[in-house]
Amino acid sequence: MKNVKRLFALGMATALAVGTLTGCGSDNNNTNNAGNGSESTAADNKENENTAAGGSVYYLNFKPEQDEQWQALAKTYTEQTGTKVTVVTAASGNYETTLMSEMGKSGAPTLFQVNGPVGLANWKDYCYDLSGTAVFNELTSEDYALKDGDSVAGIAYVIESYGLICNKTLLNEAGYSVDDIKSFADLKKVAEDITARSSELGFSAFTSAGMDGSSDWRFKTHLANLPIYFEYKEDGIGSTDAIKGTYLDAYRAIWDLYVNNSTCAGKDLAAKTGDDSRNEFLNKQAVFFQNGSWEYANLVGEDKFTDDDLAMIPIYIGVGDEANQGLCTGTENYWCVNKDADPADIQATLDFLYWCVTSEEGTSSMADDMGFVIPFKNAKESANLFVQQDREYTAEGKTPVSWNFTTMPSEEWKNGVGSALTAYAADETDANWDAVVSAFVDGWATEYQLANQQ
Amino acid sequence: MEKALKKSAPIFVLPTLIAFIIGFIVPFGQGLYLSFCKFTTVNNAEWVGLSNYKAALTDASFGRSFVFTVLFAVVSILTINVIAFGLAVLLTQKIKGTNIFRTVFFMPNLIGGIVLGYIWQILINCVLTLVEKPLLALNSTAGYWGLIILMCWQQIGYMMIIYIAGLQNVPDSLIEAAEIDGANKWQALLKVKIPMVMSSITVCVFLTLTNSFKLFDQNLALTGGDPNHSTEMMALNIYQTFYARAGALWKGYGQAKAVIFCILVISIALFQLKATRSKEVQQ
Repeated sequence: MKNVKRLFALGMATALAVGTLTGCGSDNNNTNNAGNGSESTAADNKENENTAAGGSVYYLNFKPEQDEQWQALAKTYTEQTGTKVTVVTAASGNYETTLMSEMGKSGAPTLFQVNGPVGLANWKDYCYDLSGTAVFNELTSEDYALKDGDSVAGIAYVIESYGLICNKTLLNEAGYSVDDIKSFADLKKVAEDITARSSELGFSAFTSAGMDGSSDWRFKTHLANLPIYFEYKEDGIGSTDAIKGTYLDAYRAIWDLYVNNSTCAGKDLAAKTGDDSRNEFLNKQAVFFQNGSWEYANLVGEDKFTDDDLAMIPIYIGVGDEANQGLCTGTENYWCVNKDADPADIQATLDFLYWCVTSEEGTSSMADDMGFVIPFKNAKESANLFVQQDREYTAEGKTPVSWNFTTMPSEEWKNGVGSALTAYAADETDANWDAVVSAFVDGWATEYQLANQQ
Repeated sequence: MEKALKKSAPIFVLPTLIAFIIGFIVPFGQGLYLSFCKFTTVNNAEWVGLSNYKAALTDASFGRSFVFTVLFAVVSILTINVIAFGLAVLLTQKIKGTNIFRTVFFMPNLIGGIVLGYIWQILINCVLTLVEKPLLALNSTAGYWGLIILMCWQQIGYMMIIYIAGLQNVPDSLIEAAEIDGANKWQALLKVKIPMVMSSITVCVFLTLTNSFKLFDQNLALTGGDPNHSTEMMALNIYQTFYARAGALWKGYGQAKAVIFCILVISIALFQLKATRSKEVQQ
């Protein structure tokens, strides 16, 4: 019996130890990052006379892919001004949880971000009114400010575009060019022709529209934006408590096109991931890949594509003025300043932001290293091909499709639509599509109510 | 000597006590308080009274996840313990290579839940593709059995080790006496060994029971609650309540659910401990 108890005790002790260790693990992360910041403080203590206010900046960064660049930029700023800037990056998909726990601490982030009006609902009590600040005045358009009533709660700091990324080389092999696709009908014709000849050509039209969690946002959120955009536009509104689903037939048509002209069968989509889709595109197994300007770095480089191979075209769904439709361009990244922070820290944060968007170092880092298009007057041109294309489309007089998915009522709504889309992809019956419509329309009303109850 | 020990006892207890208070008592109290509030972060909570509990208890998805959790717990406790005990009996026989087998069976327990979840997701999806059935994301039956298989695979080895320790502690003299009295192997197992390892059974049932109820990582990674929350267990349901919708209200609901969940798990575990302990025999 003794042995059993001992083993039990051992088990419990291990469980405890594991618990403590994991606790340390996440903490370590923060201290590590904080360490990066304080490393530079040692150096700038000498220069500390320069900083009158003596505040410091703590930025909780949303984009893991740009962590290194932010750390470097923070270091440069500290070297120049002596203000301590700590950049901590939340693990992918964990921003809300990290932000929640960080904001509850003393020494909370002075600078954080929300993803639009719905994300703002959580954090509006923490947002410093940015109207009239120097960084706000640098915005190229007031449209890039996220407003809560009259106050400016957040300002967009990066503009992104998404559409159909095409492999031009493969498209040529199939006997078409990007210029042949000017509408949904064209796209359908090209895609179906490629599918008909796919065994002879050796590639398919679309990469797999994976509905795994790593990829489903491309369809339940980004693709769903199109019917929402056209409905809002027709009704002249910017958000709604009940969507009508006017253009869901078009949504079905484009989804059918994706599913039926893909590299795999519809019923396999449930398990396909974002990496699967990207790899198919990189391995030249498909011509079209729905994704955004943030994919650029993953597609171009050694053993990958060059700018000449690629193009991004608008996602046509057969609605509206297709001849003048541009890429889907917008933002879901808004900077917010923590109003509960120490006034000196708030000032330091505002100064830091202003420096980021106006100084030579700041703008070049954001354009060249991070590959961002920033909506500020001093912005540098980005080398990102898709971003340049968006500008060309706009210059040609095409209207970019705005990002309305920031008004989707909740994550839960997206999950409902995603789930129904997955089921429909596996078995394309009218009954299954009715479930998508129901998740889209009825789900919207229910979720809107649930998310906005007092 | 004893006096001196008594005198200095607080000094030895203190560090752990402080850690326990900071790491457990305070957050627990805070959590309890927050379940009566609506909040965004733990510092700006606004008292709303019992409304969170009302919302949590009337939430149909919470009830559904409870039913699913109970169904899962019953089957997984039975399968894990029966198979683990069977393996323990086999591996305490005098056969060659028992140590290798013990190690092999124990190993899955060393892999983390999230990793296991994703590995089994790939495996099960492959099998489902081969037999042309809907994949995990669309197939709640497969999700349910997938979770059971995953948990069995992970936990059987651990429970087996505890049973082996218990079985090795059964004095040979007792078995011999039973054999002399004419008991066959089967009778010796049922009438002597099992009563003698009752304390191991208490421990193992306790562990599997609490593990099944608290299951989160494996659930999140394997099915994520798909399709349509039908394979969502209670811990995942609480997590979803917290993060699936924006707004301070939902944090309070989630917190209330978490408190209910905690009370539920504690009371079920206490009941189980009482029930199996009463069957333990003194050696």
